[in-house]
Amino acid sequence: MSVEHILFFIFGGVSLIGAVSVITFRHPIYSALALIVTFFSQAGLFVLLGAHFVAAVQVIVYAGAIMVLFLFVIMLLNLGTLSLKGALSGKLKGFAIILGILLAIEGVYIAVTTLDNTDTALASSQVAADTTYSISELGELLFTDYLLPFEVTSIILLAALIGVIVLVKRGNQTEN
Amino acid sequence: MNLLIDIVIPIVKILIIAHMLIIGVMAMIWSERRVSGWIQDRIGPNRVGPQGLLQPIADGIKFLFKEDLIPNHVDKPLYVLAPAMLLVPAMITVAVVPFGSSIELFGETINLQIADINIGVLYILAITSLGVYGVVIGAWASNNKYSLLGGLRSSAQMISYELTLGLSIIGVLMLSESLSLRDIAIAQGEGVWNCFIHLPAFLAFTTAMYAETNRLPFDLAEAEQELVAGYHTEYSSMKFAMFFMAEYMNMIVGSAVTVTLFLGGWHFFGLENIGGEGSLLAGLMSFAIFFVKTGIFLFVFIWVRWTLPRFRYDQLMNFGWKFLLPVALTSIVVTGTLWIVTNQSLLWIAIGNVVAAFIVISIVAGIFMVDNNKKVTVDNSVGTPLSGLDAIE
Repeated sequence: MSVEHILFFIFGGVSLIGAVSVITFRHPIYSALALIVTFFSQAGLFVLLGAHFVAAVQVIVYAGAIMVLFLFVIMLLNLGTLSLKGALSGKLKGFAIILGILLAIEGVYIAVTTLDNTDTALASSQVAADTTYSISELGELLFTDYLLPFEVTSIILLAALIGVIVLVKRGNQTEN
Repeated sequence: MNLLIDIVIPIVKILIIAHMLIIGVMAMIWSERRVSGWIQDRIGPNRVGPQGLLQPIADGIKFLFKEDLIPNHVDKPLYVLAPAMLLVPAMITVAVVPFGSSIELFGETINLQIADINIGVLYILAITSLGVYGVVIGAWASNNKYSLLGGLRSSAQMISYELTLGLSIIGVLMLSESLSLRDIAIAQGEGVWNCFIHLPAFLAFTTAMYAETNRLPFDLAEAEQELVAGYHTEYSSMKFAMFFMAEYMNMIVGSAVTVTLFLGGWHFFGLENIGGEGSLLAGLMSFAIFFVKTGIFLFVFIWVRWTLPRFRYDQLMNFGWKFLLPVALTSIVVTGTLWIVTNQSLLWIAIGNVVAAFIVISIVAGIFMVDNNKKVTVDNSVGTPLSGLDAIE
């Protein structure tokens, strides 16, 4: 057991506990906090894989920015304790069960296929941890090989921005 | 020998820095009260010890012996957790700040820094973005409308100013070609301090940092006249003290980061190399220079507090989104463009940054004025606002 192994089990375990807590906590604020814990420990897993940049961005974007907005909305609406009972109606319930089963099958499939070659997986993750990807390499990849996805993403974000502004402006006009 | 380098030296560094932070907080509490007194032409605390120097210790003892009151209506787990959620990010940010050059001890080169990671700047942005949770959770768990208002204000403010904070340092990162704070500081020692090259970005960063640390003129989260004490209204004893300490720690760490990014770090025109590079004297000298620079910046914090009145909420949002953010964005575009066009001439980048920021502020101010005039005409058509007794009734 190296230090990396111990850290992996700590971060992985905490993120699993956090993920389960998100759906088991009764209060939305606690669920949101559990989700933050999950994101943070996933950032820890990224660090173990040598992806320092991804880890930092994970904390800045998800744990730092998006979850603050979540909390902001929950506090603003002052949501009380919520119960799942009666929240799902008949049709939705069937859909949720089918999706859940599909997800479970996927999970089992991944676990079974990777369990056979755990050693190679561990070895490759060790290689990943040894070669720390620098940000300049990442930037080069983004602006050469992955230029099209990168630009498409930025256009999607821009569309979302404009959409928000249009929605807000329209709301104001009807008020006046 | 390996054990010494890998374990003992980092632990010693962490212990020294952690204690320096705590002592720094005490020094800040004392100097804030004394400097405030000096600025307002009064004496300030001078009874406990010489010049009132032991006042922070007296305060600390008072906090420890006060009753640790937990009101009945609070959400207990989160209420207890919130002060720690604010204090811990404030403390761990300092891990990547280089507070001096390196010294040679026991035949080993020791960097005066806890951890020199290659994403230092991103680490600082990530950890400071977590600091807001302490405020928001504390505000919500208090179950008090003043606290909640403070928390809501604080979260909106932090989200708005975090953008400026992150964007204004991109120009610096582009020219230093590194995200490690040590590399950035070394680059400034060899060349020009970043505050001269990126003057508008430096001012935007400093302003955003004041907002991030919840200091006047941005202390809307705890505006005494409006919200009692904002998010920590319901807190007493050591829990309040932890909020208090976190605020001062954020100030100290923020100053240290600004000094590293923009004011040359531990460099001061060759003074840091006195007695030869890597010697103990040079190491201590570089540390002293860094210490003095941070101290001066902290003094400016207190100075600003008694110079500028608090922003109104709409002014805060307008200032952040309409002035600071465009200035930060322009500095990126101008720095990048001039770097290519003028063949990496720092002088032209410096001039270009100032001119561009001036133009952008003029344009925004022009649009903003027109906008304001419109609002006034609309208000007049609706009717005059209630005044005096009518408003109270």
